[in-house]
Amino acid sequence: MIQLFNVTKMYPGGIKALDDVSIRFKKGEFIFLVGPSGAGKSTLMKLIYREEHPTRGQVIFNGKNITRLRQREVPYLRRKIGMVFQDFRLLPQKTVFENIAFAMEITGASSREIKRAVPEVLEMVGLAHKANEFPEHLSGGEQQRVSISRAIVNRPVLIIADEPTGNLDPDTSWGLMNLFLDISQRGTTIIMATHAWDIVSNMKKRVVELAGGQIVRDEEKGTYSL
Amino acid sequence: MRLRTICYYFREALQSILRNSWLSVASIGVVAVSLLILGGSLLIVLNAGNVADNLESSVEVSIFLKDEATPEQIKEIENKLIGLSEVAQYVFVTKEKALEEMKQDFGEEKDILAGLEEKNPLPDTFRVKTHMVEQVAPLARQFEGLAQVDEVRYGQGVVEQLMALSHWVRIAGLTTMVLLGVAAVFLIATTIRLSVFARRREIEIMKFLGATNWFVRLPFLLEGMFLGLAGSFISVAAIYYGYFLIINSIQVSLPFVPMVSDRDLIILLMEGLLFLGLLIGAAGSMISVRRFLKV
Repeated sequence: MIQLFNVTKMYPGGIKALDDVSIRFKKGEFIFLVGPSGAGKSTLMKLIYREEHPTRGQVIFNGKNITRLRQREVPYLRRKIGMVFQDFRLLPQKTVFENIAFAMEITGASSREIKRAVPEVLEMVGLAHKANEFPEHLSGGEQQRVSISRAIVNRPVLIIADEPTGNLDPDTSWGLMNLFLDISQRGTTIIMATHAWDIVSNMKKRVVELAGGQIVRDEEKGTYSL
Repeated sequence: MRLRTICYYFREALQSILRNSWLSVASIGVVAVSLLILGGSLLIVLNAGNVADNLESSVEVSIFLKDEATPEQIKEIENKLIGLSEVAQYVFVTKEKALEEMKQDFGEEKDILAGLEEKNPLPDTFRVKTHMVEQVAPLARQFEGLAQVDEVRYGQGVVEQLMALSHWVRIAGLTTMVLLGVAAVFLIATTIRLSVFARRREIEIMKFLGATNWFVRLPFLLEGMFLGLAGSFISVAAIYYGYFLIINSIQVSLPFVPMVSDRDLIILLMEGLLFLGLLIGAAGSMISVRRFLKV
């Protein structure tokens, strides 16, 4: 589903974030990206949702070379990708319901579709009763659940999560992981960058370890470290 | 485009205007003042042109001939007039006909002129009209000092001054208009920039969620267009009522000054101003949003 061919990414100032990386992610896979900060995890994800262009190499998404994507086609790529960030990125002036509805409004969805789909995803993450609350009145874990709802409401083929549990306590993190597992079992591909070694080690999913911009380990049913 | 999306655009634009209400008022004010001056200058130029046109069409050169001019000499002058390309039309008025016209002008008091038929003091005259008012003076000079010509007369000086004045008004008006227009665009740009800046995080999130550039841009565009339109509406209302107030009082006190009072033309002008306000607002917001769209 996603393939990187000899991808190198240099940032201005000569910093090499990725160095000749080639990798393939299959449909429905659950992939952990691990490695120290600055190893290139975030850059790899940014290349997939086209926030960054590779300096060299190609990125293929669903059979399409997205390095050649025109600027006005980028929004349509991103609608196929749900994104979850460490800092949630919810809009503070909108309620939980409105935050999720917003992702649908952007795609031009009708009121009827929105009224049907939003309660459905809220039900799934267990926050149906908080639909009319504002994000600041929710706990961190709940906020992240809202942002996961927002990421899946448009039924994306891929979820990209950049340290989704980075700000949360272990119990809450495990709750979220079960949610991600649910989503994964419905056939959605998940790429997650994380430092939570206990989660990675216990989940027994594919683990890709980056260091210094290169892939140093790629194993099925891996653990956080050897 | 769905109704819900359209509602979203308008709701966002309105919220933004209310959130920065003072700056919004300032922007509307600057647009209003700019367009007020612009519209005012346009009306002055329009009227100056109208007055000039009126005078121009009534300007003619009168070539008075000497009494002793022979028919051959008169024919000679006529041939000269025929040969000049700047002559639009001419009439030859004999002294008898001139006296006839004068009697008509005097109307009931034409008796004063009785007896003048015997010894008519009026000269034979060529009345000449040129194509353009600028050609009047050079034409007059060509006939001055000819042997058979007694005198050449036209509205010396007046027309030239009026043309110069209208030219000057046009230039000064245009310069002011352009400067104020640019100022209005940039003030709106500043207003929009503030509201864009206040919502840059929201824009970033929108871009991550897959919003197209137009989806992000449209609320700001609407905001700018609303500010521009509101400003132009104020100026149009002021100009429209002010102008008809002025021409009404001029028509009473100075009835000989030909004012432009064609309502359709004025309304067309006002429509132009409204459209210009809209355009200024749109330009201002496009300038501001462009920078924030690269995520």
